[in-house]
Amino acid sequence: MDKLPRLKDIRPFVSTRNACKLCAPLGASVALKGIEGCVPVIHGSQGCATYIRRYMISHYKEPVDIASSNFSEETTIFGGAQNLREALGNVIGQYKPKAVGVATTCLSETIGEDVFHQLAEVRKQTAGEDWPELFTVSTPSYQGTHMDGFHATVLEIVKHFVKDDEKAADRLNIFPGFVSPADIRQLKEIISDYGIKPILIPDFSDALDNPLWDKYYRVPEGGTPLDEICKAGGAVASIELGLFTKVANGGKESGLMHSAASWLESEHNVKNYKSLMPIGVNSSDDFFDNLTRVTGVEMPEKYMKQRGRLLDAYADGHKYVFGKKAVVYGEEDLVLGLCSFLDEIGVEVVIAGTGAYSGRLEEELKKACPNHGENMKVLGDSDFERISDESHKIKPDIIIGNSKGYYIARELKIPIVRVGFPIHDRVGGQRINHLGYAGTQELFDKVVNALLEYKQENSPVGFKYM
Amino acid sequence: MERLIKERTRQILTLGESAHELDCEKKSTAGSVSQRACVFCGSRVVLYPIADALHLIHGPIGCAAYTWDIRGAMSSGPQLHRLSFSTDLREKDVVFGGEPKLKTALKELIDAYKPKAAFVYSTCIVGVIGDDVEAVCREVSKDTGIQVLPVMSEGFKGTKKDGYQAACAALSKLVGTDDKYEAPEYSINILGDFNLAGELWILQDYYKRMGVNIITCLTGDGRVDEIRKAHKAALNVVQCSGSMMYLAKEMKEKYGIPFKKVSYFGIEDMSEALYDVASHFKSDEMMQKARELVSAEIKELIPALQPYREKLEGKKAAVYVGGAFKAVSLVKALRLIGMQTAVVGSQTGNIDDYNLLKKLCDPGTVIVDDSNPNELSDFVKEKGVDLFIGGVKERPIAYKLGLGFCDHNHERKEALAGYEGMLNFAKEVYASCTSPVWKFFK
Repeated sequence: MDKLPRLKDIRPFVSTRNACKLCAPLGASVALKGIEGCVPVIHGSQGCATYIRRYMISHYKEPVDIASSNFSEETTIFGGAQNLREALGNVIGQYKPKAVGVATTCLSETIGEDVFHQLAEVRKQTAGEDWPELFTVSTPSYQGTHMDGFHATVLEIVKHFVKDDEKAADRLNIFPGFVSPADIRQLKEIISDYGIKPILIPDFSDALDNPLWDKYYRVPEGGTPLDEICKAGGAVASIELGLFTKVANGGKESGLMHSAASWLESEHNVKNYKSLMPIGVNSSDDFFDNLTRVTGVEMPEKYMKQRGRLLDAYADGHKYVFGKKAVVYGEEDLVLGLCSFLDEIGVEVVIAGTGAYSGRLEEELKKACPNHGENMKVLGDSDFERISDESHKIKPDIIIGNSKGYYIARELKIPIVRVGFPIHDRVGGQRINHLGYAGTQELFDKVVNALLEYKQENSPVGFKYM
Repeated sequence: MERLIKERTRQILTLGESAHELDCEKKSTAGSVSQRACVFCGSRVVLYPIADALHLIHGPIGCAAYTWDIRGAMSSGPQLHRLSFSTDLREKDVVFGGEPKLKTALKELIDAYKPKAAFVYSTCIVGVIGDDVEAVCREVSKDTGIQVLPVMSEGFKGTKKDGYQAACAALSKLVGTDDKYEAPEYSINILGDFNLAGELWILQDYYKRMGVNIITCLTGDGRVDEIRKAHKAALNVVQCSGSMMYLAKEMKEKYGIPFKKVSYFGIEDMSEALYDVASHFKSDEMMQKARELVSAEIKELIPALQPYREKLEGKKAAVYVGGAFKAVSLVKALRLIGMQTAVVGSQTGNIDDYNLLKKLCDPGTVIVDDSNPNELSDFVKEKGVDLFIGGVKERPIAYKLGLGFCDHNHERKEALAGYEGMLNFAKEVYASCTSPVWKFFK
């Protein structure tokens, strides 16, 4: 059996080799799974829904039902309104959902489907009947990555549900971005500990990490309650995690870029407190400071202790990570968060790769990584083979990212620490903690131990003490 | 039983209770949450195992990303098929056309990876924006001197089965392009095995022991140059008939090569597959060898299965897989370990397959075509099954309901074909059905 092909030289490619990104409807599907009683419908070929289900099921190890309007050749020629109507009818009959979110695809966008008006028509036809909320988001896969699909969906959800006159001064909006169900659970706990109710959008902490079921739930429980989303325009503030959250606003108001939080700020005067994904002490401090700023509540002792324990762990482990060269890849916000954390513990990130192409990652990384940012090779609009090519040249010590980069670690015979999405070769991807002092603690232990294990396994004596 | 989607009523029946014929080979109902994928998926799974070919997916990134190295189709040599190549079309390509990007991508990849041939998969929007993929393939073929084969697999142009057909159409352009090869006596091709978890290697060993020469397998552990010689075989042995029957029929027409439909799952079907080949060649010696092989294997296997059978006797199973012919084998294989099939269905079965299932299964068995999570979860609950056999998308249904699960899909890591595969199957079923964790679920 041969090894995977590896080129001797690094050369530019027009094609993408082993994509380090996914398509926009996947991001939309993840976000829609975080809305109470919501069933996603993908307006396109059957394969889009099925491939995305498969991809998500393999990570979350949960049922992930996503319907398709199932385009045929005739649909493609004559338009998809009839198929969408049929799909909605069958989804509503089967699932009794509270909401249906329709995500478009490259196919439906290219043939010029106007789903917004199709849904308006359906609403008119079914007026007076007990129909769920219907909304749509434009997610052609030739635009951006799964993250654009994710953020566009969160924006559309907020725009669709937020009501003008709802006041909710006891509530705080949280836009966590694409994090794990475990991260969302932790965020909710943190916010509650600051004495305020979170409106967390999207909240797939239950739907994509269900406990054991007593019966088969067609629509899993949990998700951001619809009547809570309605109040987001009246919340005391928004906390948004991540700097790469803005998308073209529905494509219709040309040039205008918004995230859900920035839209709420401009349309409803809800102040947006932005920070990096809180990975590491610096970014977590910013996040917790923002909470204090918004609520007036000092950091609860629980988190002071978590912070203290994390710093104590930094002391215990600093020598084993210092000067180690790391390769980090994934979504821009995850990469930025991870690199900031690694920089503050003395790890030198030599390659930061992403399939996204905002063009801003390098600049943000330099700002967030004062120690090693200058020497970092930032690969935007990139793919795994390019990351692999560069990694073979640089000879890093560790790889940190989702499971799709495992093959690079295997070829280089170095450890990989699995974070983010997807984790297709292990159980527990949905339960990885990345955020806050507690999440960073887990991450730090994993990174240190992966390096220690490597050293131990490659030691001629197999030592028993550090 | 309440059927939630009216249009699907005739695609479900209960043996001994329903009077209607089973409807099948239909497009999936919109909004049904079918477990099927699309035309592209059908083509991709069939051609994927050809290990020394370049597989370039022409379209936006999703189709390539979701099919990167997802099958357990093993290669004994080159691993080029495990890389995922895409033209990664962007908005401007969609507006101005993707042909220039396709041409550049093909040339750079052929130059870098030196494949023996290239397959270019058309995805949904390629069909809509009007790229002339065939013309680009012809041109690049001429420039590079390697065969570049378009696969017309636009997702919306039918079902997964149409994707099989598109894949077979591309393959048939390769078959017959090496005429110099002289095949030894008793040469066959294996069609429709994808060497998942190395299953082809098990089968190869059996056929070799019988004195049969295998020219190529389409497409498990596939090589372009071997496929070129496939037309020199005296017989095509076809498994996974849904996917490869198009090619088998075409080769019969074009080259006069007869074919036999076989399955390699379970003792009966595996043995039948060997006997069929021997009787086709009308060689007493070969038949004798086949008999010896089967009896030697069974002599070892039956006692090895016994402890599992004792623990599994009387348990009930649900089977939902891609092709219905595989489902037939699974029903038989389950019987061999004392288990009864209470629910059985497939994504792409045809009426012959389903009639076979009707004959084979016990009264009360639910037979279903192109099902979905809601129906499947209802069926397994109603029938009180202990085990679900399916793929990735069925697994969480089983686990959420506290049932054992056996992975019989493309990504499996355990070989389930042949006699040793039967033992692996029994072990996996046993491990999942009798795990102590289920006691917390009652």
